[in-house]
Amino acid sequence: METRKIKTPLTKEIITSLSAGDMVLLSGDVYTARDAAHRRMYEALKKGLPLPIDLSKATIFYAAPSPTPEGKVIGSIGPTTSYRMDVFTPALLEQGLRGMIGKGNRSPEVVEAIKRYGAVYFGAIGGIAALTAQCVKRMEVVAYEDLGPEAIRKLTVVDLPLVVINDSQGNDLYLSEQNKWRIKAV
Amino acid sequence: MNTENKKSNPWRRINTRRVTETVKKLFIKANTHLGEDVVSALQSAQAREESPIGRQVLTKILQNADIACERAMPICQDTGLAVLFVEIGQDVRIVGGDLKTALEEGVRQAYEEGFLRKSLCDPLTRANTGDNTPAVIHMDIVPGNQLRIIAMPKGGGSENMSAARMLTPSAGIDGIKKFVMETVEKAGANPCPPIIVGIGIGGSLEQACILAKKALLRPVGEKNVSDERLTQMEAELYTRINELGIGPAGLGGRVTTLAVHAEMMPCHIASLPVAVNIQCHVARHKETII
Repeated sequence: METRKIKTPLTKEIITSLSAGDMVLLSGDVYTARDAAHRRMYEALKKGLPLPIDLSKATIFYAAPSPTPEGKVIGSIGPTTSYRMDVFTPALLEQGLRGMIGKGNRSPEVVEAIKRYGAVYFGAIGGIAALTAQCVKRMEVVAYEDLGPEAIRKLTVVDLPLVVINDSQGNDLYLSEQNKWRIKAV
Repeated sequence: MNTENKKSNPWRRINTRRVTETVKKLFIKANTHLGEDVVSALQSAQAREESPIGRQVLTKILQNADIACERAMPICQDTGLAVLFVEIGQDVRIVGGDLKTALEEGVRQAYEEGFLRKSLCDPLTRANTGDNTPAVIHMDIVPGNQLRIIAMPKGGGSENMSAARMLTPSAGIDGIKKFVMETVEKAGANPCPPIIVGIGIGGSLEQACILAKKALLRPVGEKNVSDERLTQMEAELYTRINELGIGPAGLGGRVTTLAVHAEMMPCHIASLPVAVNIQCHVARHKETII
C-alpha cells in the first residue's frame, strides 16, 4: 500500500481525506500527554481554567519517553495503550484536538466523538521505541514538568510512520482487519 | 571441633555491594538487549505470517531490537516495573548490609545510570516515586551456597491485560481454557502482540499469579513436558489464540502469540485458581548466579 506524507496541524481537508487503513508518515509538531497529564487537563477544563497548551488542530501522542542521554534529542519513545485516555478524550476533542496517536482500541464514545468532531486516531507500533525515537528531531517540555516522564512535551517529528485506525467516517481498522484474519470456529 | 563446624557449614559470604552491582547490570542489559530466544521466535513468526502488514510490523520489531542493542537504547520506552526473582542458597551469608536494600539500590542505579524510564507512582495521587523503586521482589530459600537473581522489567500495557480468576473445580480444564481465551481476546491490540501467554493454575490466588509470571521466564516456546496435560493445553491454546486473527500490533494476521507457557500445582479442594499473565513481544528478563 502507498504511504502518504502528511503534516501537522491537521486541517479539515487532511482529516477528511484519511481512511482507516491508510499508512502515513507524519511530520510537524505533536504533543506528548498520557494518564496524569490528561487527568490534569480534564480537571482544569472542569474548573473553567485555561489549558497549558493550545489544542486547536493539535495532535497528541500518548507517550512518555525514556530519559534523554547526553547529546541526544530523546531517549526511546513509543505509544502507550490509548483506552485509559478515553474518559478524558471527548472533552479534549471539544477543545479542538484533532489527531491522536496511540495503540489499542478506543471506546464507542471516543469513536463517536472522533466522527462528531472530525478527528482521527492513528496507531503507532508499540515496543519499537528505539526505532521511533529516530523520527524525533526536537523535544521540549512545555507543561506539567513535575509529572516527570508524564510531562507534556512538544516533539518535532519527521516521517513518523502511522496507520489510521479510526477515521472521521467512523471506520475501525482493528475490527475490519482482525475479522479478516480470524479463523471462525466451525 | 572448629574444623568439623567448617565442614558441616559450607557458608559462603556474599557482599551486598556485589548484589547491587549485579542487579544494576541485569536491568540495564534486559532493557537494551532482547533475548536470543525472543529474537528467534520473532524471526520464525515473520516467516509464517501471511498478512503483509503483519510481516512489516515484525520486520520493524526485529530492526528495533538491533538498533536498541547497537546503541544501548531501551528497546521500549516502558522500561517496566522492576520485578526480581531471588533464590538464596541456605548456605549463603549476606554481608555488608541488608539484602533487600541492596536489591532496591541496584534497581535505583540501573534506572538512573541506564537512562531507563521511572514508571512507578503512588496508586492514588499518581505522583512518581522518582527512582523506579520499590521493586517487586520474590525471594525463595533454596539448597546450596549461591545466589540466583532474575531481573524482569515488566511493562504496564501487557500487565494491565492480565487477569486472575477463582474458578469452581467443576469448571475443569475446559473452564481454564475458556478463561485464557476470553482474557486474550479481550486484550486485543492493547498488550502489543505478538504476545507470550503465561498461565498459572492451582495454589492460592497469589500463588497462581506467581506461577503465571514464572511461566514467562521459560525460554520462549519451550514446552512444559513435566505434565502431559499441560503440554497438550499449551499446544491447543497456542493454535486457538493464533486463530483469533489479532495479529502483530493488532493489525490483523496469523501471529497473535509466540508461545503459551503453563505451570500448575495442587490447590484447595474447594478451588481452581487460574491466572493469565500476558507478556508483550518485548519479553525481557536476564539472570545471573553469584
